[in-house]
Amino acid sequence: MAKKQVVSATINGNATEFLCEPRQTLLEALRDNLDLTGTKEGCSNGNCGACTVLLDGHPVVSCLVLAMEAEGAEVTTIEGIAPSEGLDPIQQAFLENAALQCGICTPGFIVATKALLDTNPSPTENEVRFALANNLCRCTGYDKIVRAVLDAAERRKASV
Amino acid sequence: MATVEQDLATAGSNGSGPKKYKVIGTRPIRHDGVDKVTGRAQYGADIRLTGMLAGVVLRSPHAHAKILSIDVSKALALPGVRAVVTNADLSDPGDRMCELGEGAVNLRHLNHNIFAKDKALYRGHAIAAVAADNIHIAEQATKLIDVKYELLAPVVDVVAAMQPGAPLLHADVYTDDLGEKSAQPSNVARHFRFEQGDIAKGFAQAACIIEREFHTATVHQGYIEPQNATAFWSADGQITVWTSTQGSFSVRQQVAELVGAPISRVKVIPTEIGGGFGGKIRVYLEPVAAALSKKTGRPVQVLMSRADVFEGTGPTPGSFIKVKLGVDAHGMIVAGEASLAYEAGAYPGSPVGPGAMCIFSCYNVPNGRVDGYDVCVNKPQTSAYRAPGATNAAFAMETVVDEVCQQLDLDPLEFRRRNAAKEGVRRVDGPVYPKVGLVETIEACQRSEHWNTPLEGPNRGRGVASGFWFNCGLRSSCSATVNPDGTVALVEGSTDIGGSRTGIAMQLAETLGIAATDVVPTVGDTDSVGYTDVTGGSRVTFATGWAAYLAALDIQQQLCARAADEWDVPAEAVTYAEGGVNGPEGRRFSFAEIAAKVNAHGDPVVGRGSADPQHCGGAFATHIVDVEVDPELGKVKVLRYTAAQDVGTAIHPAYVEGQIQGGVVQGIGWGLNEEYFYDVKGVMRNSTFLDYRIPTCLDLPMIDALIVEVPNPGHPYGVRGVGEVPIVPPPAALANAIAQAIGIRMTQLPMSPPRIVHEILKKNV
Ligand code: FES
Ligand code: FES
Repeated sequence: MAKKQVVSATINGNATEFLCEPRQTLLEALRDNLDLTGTKEGCSNGNCGACTVLLDGHPVVSCLVLAMEAEGAEVTTIEGIAPSEGLDPIQQAFLENAALQCGICTPGFIVATKALLDTNPSPTENEVRFALANNLCRCTGYDKIVRAVLDAAERRKASV
Repeated sequence: MATVEQDLATAGSNGSGPKKYKVIGTRPIRHDGVDKVTGRAQYGADIRLTGMLAGVVLRSPHAHAKILSIDVSKALALPGVRAVVTNADLSDPGDRMCELGEGAVNLRHLNHNIFAKDKALYRGHAIAAVAADNIHIAEQATKLIDVKYELLAPVVDVVAAMQPGAPLLHADVYTDDLGEKSAQPSNVARHFRFEQGDIAKGFAQAACIIEREFHTATVHQGYIEPQNATAFWSADGQITVWTSTQGSFSVRQQVAELVGAPISRVKVIPTEIGGGFGGKIRVYLEPVAAALSKKTGRPVQVLMSRADVFEGTGPTPGSFIKVKLGVDAHGMIVAGEASLAYEAGAYPGSPVGPGAMCIFSCYNVPNGRVDGYDVCVNKPQTSAYRAPGATNAAFAMETVVDEVCQQLDLDPLEFRRRNAAKEGVRRVDGPVYPKVGLVETIEACQRSEHWNTPLEGPNRGRGVASGFWFNCGLRSSCSATVNPDGTVALVEGSTDIGGSRTGIAMQLAETLGIAATDVVPTVGDTDSVGYTDVTGGSRVTFATGWAAYLAALDIQQQLCARAADEWDVPAEAVTYAEGGVNGPEGRRFSFAEIAAKVNAHGDPVVGRGSADPQHCGGAFATHIVDVEVDPELGKVKVLRYTAAQDVGTAIHPAYVEGQIQGGVVQGIGWGLNEEYFYDVKGVMRNSTFLDYRIPTCLDLPMIDALIVEVPNPGHPYGVRGVGEVPIVPPPAALANAIAQAIGIRMTQLPMSPPRIVHEILKKNV
């Protein structure tokens, strides 16, 4: 077993140092070393999107990123999406549009939606479907998720 | 957007007529919603306990092999390894059946499925498990376990497995052939038959007879959360299990049987669950985690990888189905004959029974015969998947119906309407229908904008199909405590996969005349709530909702007695109505007013409800789909989809739509893409989500749910059950649309691009 390493990163706005083994993925470090279990594991090989987090603002599947690659980076997980009081408009839109059933895919979808709307504030339905195609949901058939994302875009515009 | 159609005579929840209900039919935000959009909800893999070890299961790399020996000494010697367990660490429950609430299992088979005993029966069959300080050490240790195998020829296809001389899975499984035991052991565990009328006479009256054969591939439930289990075996013998399951009481029973403990020693704490669809009823990891915890004295968490899920947990069966249908000159069905052979996987028990009951269930078939065969193959033991068995059957039957309509030049919806199952019609397997809503779903389709908008363009086609599922009742319990702030704390026993705790709370709220937000629902563990069967069979909103309704009536009664006391009037003089207690001379306390008094003096008010309702009212659906087929690539694009379904009463219409949309999309995946690929060695070659491709949002249009409400007379609020039937029609509807688009009848699932191109090339030679 290789020696543990110290990683310094900003996680959900907080300067954080943590220890990890070189072989650990960012997903594993978040969940097991930092207790941020909101980020989910559905496949561990990049195919389901349940583990999506933002790395310096870009959506990545954290199961395909080594924890050590987060050195110096800003990481945003589902736990860092809501403001300190209340919810983000994306979260509110998911709730009001009934866009979740079992909810295991929801953290990944919400983080991916944030990445989409940060770069494209007014996506078309097709752009939403394209941007979220790496996030699998087995429960909803996506209809209500796509509606929630379109609704979230409107809410974000209304709130600025 | 979805719309709601209602039986006019009973217009209720959210139609244009007078409103029958205050809470039912509205769309409140679910009680567990905020936790699920902020990442706080605790799923099985999120459990963290002091001193917890990680467990990893070693699985057979071979599809069929004798296990000669298992040497774990090297694994045990690895630093950080705490224990290794195999089948020898489980208790042998004997050759008995155990009812799990929605289907029974043979406990010896269950035991051998948890850990193979003498033989590995499929690639992915669990052999041993290691507990270690972390998952990486445990994984490394599994590679040090030395298993000696003697390879045997595998059989992974249902038709091949039925042939004489096929590789035999079990030396002790004989065919139960219409009640007679076969002379030789066989992969065919059971052959049964349903019959009514006289099929020879029936076919003699037919003007058109179509007979076809169909093959469907093995597919997986595909829940996004892999199986997981965490267990702690305390020094006093108390076993606590945390797991994502569809039924905590069913896990309790299975674990108790497999580790040899009384059920009272096992407490199951259901965590949030990331999808199940029938696949999270049978246990896989829970007894393993318990056995490892017993050996180590520490809590142990065992998780599956995605490949483990595909290779080691129940998929739904591949099948071979023959259908023959006779229709007379007036376009009425006169006879039907079918034979269904379903893969059970490694152990007997495929859902061929329900498949055989469903195959003619949408029609009045006066003369019918159905044969069913349950067949073992070297694949994981199949388990339930949303309307288990019905989708395979509907693909065959609804395709044949479409071909009949084409030959006789009949409108496919009109043909279905005229031949539809309705009140008084007897199914081939015996039961006579009570009031059901198939005709209403067909008529809703006939009136729909979709059906009345012509589809134009080359290589495009429109298809329709209907489907049926029984739904079920079974047992449910809950308790409800009145809080002095005018709210109710509801503890119910059904694990919640898709918002059901809200649908149950709404029925309690409706009965008490309070807001849905004034009920605080919790899913209880097996020590905190009464016995409750699995979340399955589309039963939760129906039966656990019923228990909540009974708990509310119990509260009403207690509050009336309390008010009678306060007013010093006889108890009979007080009634509960309009969200409060009402006494003589206009005396009244609202629910909140009387609730404020309950803790001041007298007994606390706790309502109790337990139910085993019988009249669950079957569900019917009729779907319309438009497709475009790429004639060069064979890719089928779904252009538009409408699903009409009789739901009885929609308690929470948004979640009803969600069930319909989700089921339809699973059906689309089954129809167009999903399948287990096996190589000649019986090894699955596509055990990732990249290669076992479930639909993504880019593959789909919006799914229009057309909610039809024909209230179930067997439920206080008319609930039927919603979750399962939406998966039944899609593969058939797609096949019928493809036939219209390119003139080719697909008889094999999935209708994937290579298969379609193959058929196009065949046609063009
Ligand atoms: S867990 Fe990372 S993509 Fe599935
Ligand atoms: S809500 Fe269950 S996977 Fe998306």
